Amino acid sequence: MSFETNTETPPHVVLEARNVVKTYGHVTALAGVDFELRAGEILAVVGDNGAGKSTLIKALTGALHPTSGEILLDGAPVHFRGPLDARHAGIETVYQDLAMAPALDIASNLFLGRELRAPGILGSIFRRLDKKRMREEARRAMSELKFRLPSIDNAVEALSGGQRQGVAVARAALFARKLVIMDEPTAALGVRETGQVLELIRSIRERGLAVVLISHNMPNVFDIADRIHIMRLGRRAAVVTPKTHSMNDVVAIMTGAATA
Amino acid sequence: MNTATASPPETSPSLKARIIGAPSAGPLLVLIGFCVIFALTNPRFLATHNLSIILQQTVIIGVLAIGQTLVILTAGIDLAVGAICVLGTIVAGKLVNLGYDPVLSMGFAVLVCTAAGLAAGGLVSGLRLPPFIVTLGILGILTAALRLISEGGAFAVRDPFLSWTGNTMKLGGFVLTYGVLIMFTLYAVVWYFLNQTKWGRHVYAIGNNPEAARLVGIPVRRHLLSVYLVAGLIYGIAAWLALGRIPNADPNAMQTANLDSITAVVIGGTSLFGGRGGLIGTLIGALIVGVLRNGLTLAGIDPLWQDLVTGILVIIAVALDQMSRRRN
Amino acid sequence: MSFHRIRTSARSKALQAGISALGLMLGVAFGAGSASAQEVIVGLVTKTEVNPFFAKMRQAAEARAKEKGVKLIARAGKFDGDNEGQVAAIEDLISAGAKGILVTPNNSSGMLDIIKKAREAGVLVIALDTATDPADAVDATFATDNFEAGVQQGTYARKAMGDTKAVVAMLDGTPGGTVDTFRHDGYLKGFGIAEGDPSIAGAAITNGAQDKGQVGMENLLSKNGDINAVYTINEPAAAGAYAALKSFGKESDVMLTSIDGGCAGVRDVKDGKIAATVMQFPYKMASMGIDAVAEYAATGKKPSGFVNTGSFLITDKPVEGLESKDTAWGLENCWGD
Ligand SMILES: Nc1ncnc2c1ncn2[C@@H]1O[C@H](COP(=O)(O)OP(=O)(O)O)[C@@H](O)[C@H]1O
Ligand SMILES: [Mg+2]
Repeated sequence: MSFETNTETPPHVVLEARNVVKTYGHVTALAGVDFELRAGEILAVVGDNGAGKSTLIKALTGALHPTSGEILLDGAPVHFRGPLDARHAGIETVYQDLAMAPALDIASNLFLGRELRAPGILGSIFRRLDKKRMREEARRAMSELKFRLPSIDNAVEALSGGQRQGVAVARAALFARKLVIMDEPTAALGVRETGQVLELIRSIRERGLAVVLISHNMPNVFDIADRIHIMRLGRRAAVVTPKTHSMNDVVAIMTGAATA
Repeated sequence: MNTATASPPETSPSLKARIIGAPSAGPLLVLIGFCVIFALTNPRFLATHNLSIILQQTVIIGVLAIGQTLVILTAGIDLAVGAICVLGTIVAGKLVNLGYDPVLSMGFAVLVCTAAGLAAGGLVSGLRLPPFIVTLGILGILTAALRLISEGGAFAVRDPFLSWTGNTMKLGGFVLTYGVLIMFTLYAVVWYFLNQTKWGRHVYAIGNNPEAARLVGIPVRRHLLSVYLVAGLIYGIAAWLALGRIPNADPNAMQTANLDSITAVVIGGTSLFGGRGGLIGTLIGALIVGVLRNGLTLAGIDPLWQDLVTGILVIIAVALDQMSRRRN
Repeated sequence: MSFHRIRTSARSKALQAGISALGLMLGVAFGAGSASAQEVIVGLVTKTEVNPFFAKMRQAAEARAKEKGVKLIARAGKFDGDNEGQVAAIEDLISAGAKGILVTPNNSSGMLDIIKKAREAGVLVIALDTATDPADAVDATFATDNFEAGVQQGTYARKAMGDTKAVVAMLDGTPGGTVDTFRHDGYLKGFGIAEGDPSIAGAAITNGAQDKGQVGMENLLSKNGDINAVYTINEPAAAGAYAALKSFGKESDVMLTSIDGGCAGVRDVKDGKIAATVMQFPYKMASMGIDAVAEYAATGKKPSGFVNTGSFLITDKPVEGLESKDTAWGLENCWGD
């Protein structure tokens, strides 16, 4: 899959941000950033530490309220009051700290906040969970993503870092209808586990979802991304593609040594 | 990619593994161990009426510990359990002694306890104050209020409805009070909510990782509030059970109920850091304390040993929890 | 339940180790304490473990039980007001097959049902130190006549003050307690005034503790600096009151009196901090209780009614027409050392 900047029909834009500002007292985390995510693409967001990547993602997913600016989903302005609104709109996020309850098992974590209730009065009156179905669905999701786990009944804390990351990504994939956002999903992983997670990200794209990937790891980014959004000092410095630019070019833009 | 092909090897754990693996297996072993020792020392220990007495003695702390378990699962702690329960006994007793309908009086007392729980929950979730401080404050306020309401002294509460939970029924040669049955029923009901519903799942999630709970869209504050509210309701029911056991409202009673209920919860294997453990363990923990006290007396041993052994069990339980948390 | 499954094997191993250690400890304890089936068991249920009054009672009971060849099992509440703890103790003692139970009931009305059950099971129940309400809920009561002791305290205070116009402060224990009420009312009677008399400057709750006695006295002195007579529920409260009086520079102008007969209290009388105290005799209550149960076990004879174990006024400044003993006698007969 590839996107040329000069195609005749402009690509469909799933998620867009215009001139978003976020300040914390005197600190300006976002200084009027623009953002554009196209359907079916993997968009990498890169930038130096403190450039505003995480803040941008939080603004896009309703985890914080921008000081000013506009966010559009499928071309229509949206105002997320919280992460739940964004989720209802079809946006799933894999947070840097994964947002898991480590003592709970994998299936419980996959369905955390979206538990399935048993059919009939058991569910409607006695509010009983459908644990069996949740486990089956969890198993199905993991195997659809070709991600191998020891057992769906394991507590998340018993998993390796890569396996946990896999569960978090699977959760996003299972519920996302439009796009998945991932904040540094490979930061804490070894080479082999990183490979597994990148594979997962590709399989999410294959299901037709757009992916935003925040990463520090340039080889990973160049391996997987369709386009690269470069943050610098709370703004978008440039958007490039792995075809038109080299890693050195991107690092130069990130650090302000060059412009696109 | 090495994970691509094979379907995940799914093995449903065997029954044996399930039983050994249950978090309450350790406490259960301890309980059985003590029962065996005591039965060997004094055959009277296993007499049905003695076992029935142990259950009756476990009722108040056992029920208070249900609420305490819920609060501790959210990584909180409740130091006001005893004070709220005493409040219930005094409100109900006062109203009945003033001539009000006993059912309405008890109902109102349970409501008052629920409101006290709600107040604690409101301060914890709304103002984000530490539960330790909030419930310590409520303990102080209630201790004073109780003295004022009761004009300082204890008073007898003689009403058939208020003391109904102390009445006995025979169950196959086993004499049980209604209070004991209510305790088991409460354990069953709350266990169901904790383990089989979304509400319970979210209690664990909030205690385990509140930030994650928030990010997945659980209304953390409202949920915390509901936990303290349910706890207050349970303390109110405990007040009824307490009147069944001792038909007397005493502002000085239950001063150690907070620590006793925490002891039951901790010995039962629930983590003070929240998110781990459960009610079955708590019931076993409460029974361990009751069995120790009763068994030592029957063996003619100074019951100070009970405090000593309980103390050791608490330390073992907390150490095990620390170890398992550190490993992960 | 799918939580926790992972770490269980290590966990249960550690637990098993813990259990064996506990088992060992209990084994040692059992070796020391096991009772033969024929032995006569006497239960003693005191209010708390910590109060020296009850400690003395327990020591005396233990010593007497040994002399009489009966087995004593002692239990106590965890705090003043631990009705549940005392009820559970009596239940356990019935289960253990006790022949008689000596109890210092925490809250008299809270204990009635279980005492009834014990008596129905053929157990002799004797109240020590504190009567139940109604008093005939137990077979017999061996106690200080607390009203009489209060009268002794009040009479002494009034007589020792001569013609001075009195301004009285009442340092009560725990309001509502039977002992508390008797001593308080007795003092007023002995002092010759009624509840609500204008000469009463105020009352404070001390729970019979020194620190609260001090705070209570400080507050009352701040309220009324003319206080010149102080009733105290017991000697720790009196010691607290003395500290407060001293800090106000009033320790020599005030008639401070008390009840108990603890050795520390008698020394305070000797040192002139407390003018007089009324001694009671916990060891008498306990040893008489043991004797009664031993007798009941042997002959089936039960004691009945109120048995006054006596109280003596202890002071080094006796007043005319009021019998008292000096502190030398007091120190020989006091408890708590
Ligand atoms: N909650 C906050 N309060 C104050 N400053 C913040 C907060 N969050 C982020 N910042 C600041 O905003 C800037 C951007 O942070 P962040 O978005 O985390 O950067 P990145 O993820 O690119 O490393 C940094 O200067 C950071 O210190
Ligand atoms: Mg970041």
